[in-house]
Amino acid sequence: MGVYVRQKQLTKKFLSQPPSILYRWLGDKIFAAVIVVVGISIIALAFSMALVLFGEGSQAIYKFGFFGFLTGSTWDPSVQLKFGALPFLLGTAITSVGALMLSFFPAIAIAIFTAEYAPLWLSRIIDNLINLIAAVPSVVVGIWGIFVFAPWMRDTAYMPVYQWTSEHFPSLLPVLGNPIGYGMSTATIVLALMIVPFTTALTRDAINRVPVAQREAAWALGATRWEVIRLGVLPYARGGILAGSILSFGRAIGETMAVAMLIGNKNTLPFSIMGPAATMPSVIINEFREAVENIHLSSLMAVGFILFVISLIINIFAAYLSRKFSISGGQSI
Amino acid sequence: MNATRFYIATACLIFFTISCGSGDDDNESNGNRSNQIDILGAGATFPAPLITDMADTYRRKTDNQVTVNYQSIGSGGGIRQFIEQTIMFGMSEAFLSDEVMSEIERSTGGRAFNIPITLADVVPTYNLPGIDKGIVFNGELLVEIFLGNITTWNDPKIAQLNPVLKLPRMPITVVHRSDGSGTTNVWTSYLSRVSDEWASKVGYATSVNWPTGIGGNGNEGVAGVVRNTPGTIGYNSLSYAILNNISYGSVINSSGNLIEPSYEATSEAANIDLPEDTRILFTNTPAEYGYPIAGFAWMLVYEHLDRNEAINNREMAEELIRFLLWSITDGQEFSEDIGYARLPEAAVEKNINMISQLKWEGEAIGQEILKENNLL
Repeated sequence: MGVYVRQKQLTKKFLSQPPSILYRWLGDKIFAAVIVVVGISIIALAFSMALVLFGEGSQAIYKFGFFGFLTGSTWDPSVQLKFGALPFLLGTAITSVGALMLSFFPAIAIAIFTAEYAPLWLSRIIDNLINLIAAVPSVVVGIWGIFVFAPWMRDTAYMPVYQWTSEHFPSLLPVLGNPIGYGMSTATIVLALMIVPFTTALTRDAINRVPVAQREAAWALGATRWEVIRLGVLPYARGGILAGSILSFGRAIGETMAVAMLIGNKNTLPFSIMGPAATMPSVIINEFREAVENIHLSSLMAVGFILFVISLIINIFAAYLSRKFSISGGQSI
Repeated sequence: MNATRFYIATACLIFFTISCGSGDDDNESNGNRSNQIDILGAGATFPAPLITDMADTYRRKTDNQVTVNYQSIGSGGGIRQFIEQTIMFGMSEAFLSDEVMSEIERSTGGRAFNIPITLADVVPTYNLPGIDKGIVFNGELLVEIFLGNITTWNDPKIAQLNPVLKLPRMPITVVHRSDGSGTTNVWTSYLSRVSDEWASKVGYATSVNWPTGIGGNGNEGVAGVVRNTPGTIGYNSLSYAILNNISYGSVINSSGNLIEPSYEATSEAANIDLPEDTRILFTNTPAEYGYPIAGFAWMLVYEHLDRNEAINNREMAEELIRFLLWSITDGQEFSEDIGYARLPEAAVEKNINMISQLKWEGEAIGQEILKENNLL
């Protein structure tokens, strides 16, 4: 009733006082112009970032060639001044794929539990705790990693494995690498921990967007709870889940500080499982500040450009997946 | 709500105006300085705590009239900003290369001066259960370890230098800085000086292509790994090792003397026959009792201060010189308290000589200020 009265008042107001000519003619246009400018400026910003990165990195890209830079495995800022990004590409690929694989199923499980099984109060608590993990600054995670997690992993996992291997299969030791605790596997595990909240949140959203009718239909057919989720909910939400995990993957690729603190920062191939490695963001943050030679700085910028392009591709891929796998276009991230 | 905001804003504005006004009054009583002057510098991270501390003392000394604003953006950034003339002085842990020097000479018609302001000293830090202190190293040994040729602590080459210690049979893990840093520059330049193999394979720079070991981010990253992991050897600046209670070794210098790291030994290392422009790496110093792994941190200024676009007028240039002069003389007083070695006599001498050549539009204002302070 109240709403109706108010509507009537508004109508009356507008009819009795027609807005000024200027407002009528320009109001919409001004608004549209502002919105378009704001929207375009974001796109322009992204492109100008890419442009600057490419511009600054072009010296390295010209000198070593685009593919030469991508596939070069020497990173020598002192004697040869020769730079190749392959170790960092590999390091980034291995750690982020590893982190995604480690975090995917736990994250889905948490999302299913909070969305489908847990009572409301419990799911709220879990959601908040998960968000809390996401809110911890990555440098804090890194410090925790240096002082708590890495020594613990060394004593409980790496050392025993290393010792056992050195007794039984000494030939495998180079593959395992230095069991000191700071290296690729530690970085991957911490990275997985850091992206679990994102995958969880996006998966939960996708599950919550599944229409109730979908579930009710499954119940009506006599499905058990697990069957409802497996046959009714998950297929419907798969587009969102996939897109969500790809976005988390993108985050893992770009994660810098915690990785730089834990990965051991070795700029030469070959990498080993427990031994040190490096990623694209980690080498940038490590060497950018004190890069004195121009070609060194330019190479770091070129690595940044490659990182930018990869992130762009991943985001586009996520959008594509979410569209492709969504059922009747019902949901997308 | 809006009214309250308005009042607060007004109050702030009034307060601000008053405080500006009182500042002007101070000026008149101070006499020789008519404006508040902000000296803007940027560069190396290592000397940043020292510069900040000096700036604070200097601001109080000048009744808040001269503030020094130092941004620790790294040596590379310091050099670049210095060349682009966005700062009044740069700071670097590597001296300007011949290339850069001649480029500056072309563009400004004058030289760039590298003025040592403090010293960086780097010590080998380690973690060996049961041996808290007293391991002795020499250059060849450190090279072999950091090349990955010596891999256990009970290697005969280590035992030979440390006959008294009972060295455990434990693998050596090398820990180095992963971030580019002046500490790495000093450390690798020492290793390059004592070993041709190192010089040709790895060389020296703020970051190098390490043949072995794992990288920790920053002094704290290396220290964190070394403290947490038995069997590791790394390198840190002396003050960081002392403050964080990390074991560090002594090093035998080129004269064959066993030098325990100390600020005095570091200063002593630079007390040598320095070139006029002080562009020298004195790692592996010829000084008889000098600590061999040390280097300068330089302040960079233009000979023709008027050609630096960041310096707008003569007054700013004069204040910059006064601060520079103070920081290499009286400013050195408390450097050891906060973990930096004092500049040795030899360096101060060269610095004063360089300051005397600083000019503003052809006038030797450096000399005037030196006379003002009875240093010439």
